[in-house]
Amino acid sequence: MAADSSIRRAARDAGPSGWLALPALVFFLVFAVVPLAGVVFLSFTSWDGLREIRLDGLSSWATVLTDPVTGNALLVTAKIMFFSFMVQAPISLLLGVFTAGGQKYRAALAVLYFLPLLLSSAAVAIAFKALLDPNFGLGPGLQVPFLIQDWLGNSDLVLFVVVFVIAWQFVPFHTLIYQGGVRQIPTSLYEAAEIDGAGRVRQFLNITLPQLKYTIITSSTLMVVGSLAYFDLIFVLTGGGPGYSTRLLPLHMYLTGFKANDMGAASALGVILIVIGLGLALLLQRLGGKNRNASQLEGA
Amino acid sequence: MASTTQLPVPPEAPVRTAAAPRPDVRRGSRFRPNLLGGLGGWLWLGVIILPIYYVVVTSLKNQAGFFATNPMLPPAEPTLDNYKLVLENDFVRYFANSVIVTLGTVIPALFVSFMAAYAIVRGKGRFVNWTNNLFLLGLAIPLHATIIPIYWMITRAHLYDTLLALILPSIAFAIPVSVLILSNFMRDVPNELFESMRLDGCSDWAMLWRLALPMTKPAVITVGIYNALHVWNGFLFPLILTQSPDTRVLPLSLWTFQGEFSVNIPAVLASVVLATLPLLVLYVVARRQLISGLTAGFSK
Repeated sequence: MAADSSIRRAARDAGPSGWLALPALVFFLVFAVVPLAGVVFLSFTSWDGLREIRLDGLSSWATVLTDPVTGNALLVTAKIMFFSFMVQAPISLLLGVFTAGGQKYRAALAVLYFLPLLLSSAAVAIAFKALLDPNFGLGPGLQVPFLIQDWLGNSDLVLFVVVFVIAWQFVPFHTLIYQGGVRQIPTSLYEAAEIDGAGRVRQFLNITLPQLKYTIITSSTLMVVGSLAYFDLIFVLTGGGPGYSTRLLPLHMYLTGFKANDMGAASALGVILIVIGLGLALLLQRLGGKNRNASQLEGA
Repeated sequence: MASTTQLPVPPEAPVRTAAAPRPDVRRGSRFRPNLLGGLGGWLWLGVIILPIYYVVVTSLKNQAGFFATNPMLPPAEPTLDNYKLVLENDFVRYFANSVIVTLGTVIPALFVSFMAAYAIVRGKGRFVNWTNNLFLLGLAIPLHATIIPIYWMITRAHLYDTLLALILPSIAFAIPVSVLILSNFMRDVPNELFESMRLDGCSDWAMLWRLALPMTKPAVITVGIYNALHVWNGFLFPLILTQSPDTRVLPLSLWTFQGEFSVNIPAVLASVVLATLPLLVLYVVARRQLISGLTAGFSK
């Protein structure tokens, strides 16, 4: 290898040789980079998951791109991404500021707020399935007629139920990020504002928000890119239904590959998922300007 | 920050807020109780606690009680029969599988990531830079979109339906974020320490374990917890790479319990409680480490 001599020279100069990075690199190449190339390759084949893989040109792509379910899955993904961001972002921001306050009761509440973080997505989905039952769930329990609905069976409601359950599971995590961000704001800024007579709202708008700029970018990026990974929660909660109303892209990929046994089409959907994820990450990074995470990503 | 120096002074600036800064005061708004914030805080507590309360209370009911009593009321005669039923249904085996997969992933992942982080921080040359950039790229790509080629590789390697099938790709997926966080922390270790050890004739291997590891121990623990939580709660790999009860892990077992017990909702919810219990114990005894582990990717 040509790189060998330069590695060895570097080792003599100061730092260690590159071989220390080799085990991690091998793992990553075999189980992440090769599959990444594999998903592109498989999208040009037809395979049922059992028999031989046959090269099949663009037929999987033709299937995927002409199937109205794909368009619907993209639309559902976009809707869930948008609504879950609109719900989660303000709540997490306000809760983060709230829990960063010094009062004892706020610290106690924060301990309870973070409980959903301990549950797996499967556990959350199963709990809410029981909870939303129109006969034995929360609605009849609290005797609130509005809450007694077939939440998961009504295709007009189910998307918002999914958004709510996503918020229930993930707001705590983003609250934690915001709490950390708020705690890093220098107290002197608030003291100065206090002396200047700035009220609470003004302090929030003029100190807290601008100081949280990078936290907001980080949290928002995670929310948006993360919504491409809401697979297990929705899989257990609704299975993509009723009909196709909550069948978002990752779920559509799974069902196409492992239930309809069309691995070629599922791979094409995987490629679309990767392109969207990468595009969103780059876009958000550009929108947000340079922050610590983004500048590290820029090397890539 | 420009935005804070330009804080406009409202004309009706009250004098009373010009309190002398107290060392224990963290937020200016501490002086007056924030009623709106408090109200919102308690409201959110309700949103978080009600589902958890429902799950726990229901898991203590027998099936007749579940159908007969108000869902939100505690059971007239609490019973642990549901827990017994879950435990009798091989829960312990699924628990052990989860422990094996989690430890089997986290320990090797930490080991190889730590070595790679050391090589990246201390090493020079194209190979090391290239490796680092590859890992950073891995952060931006939704890796779960590659499940189909991973499924293909695992079946071809005759690893399908083994715990190793879950461990190998999980290690690879854990590497990018682990290397990023560990290398960020390792950069803070003063160079002089490495140089003086080098002068004493220490090898890289010795410096790695006798200097770098002790100096970055909190980061190693944080990254370990972060990865452990992800693997412990992981659902997608077990769903596509395992099949039999022998290799079932906890999140998947919740899903299958749901199918097996079907209408026995109290038993299903008892399995949810039991599966969450280990993390709850961890949360009680080591809340700080757990919380920092949760936000590991974003705290530094």
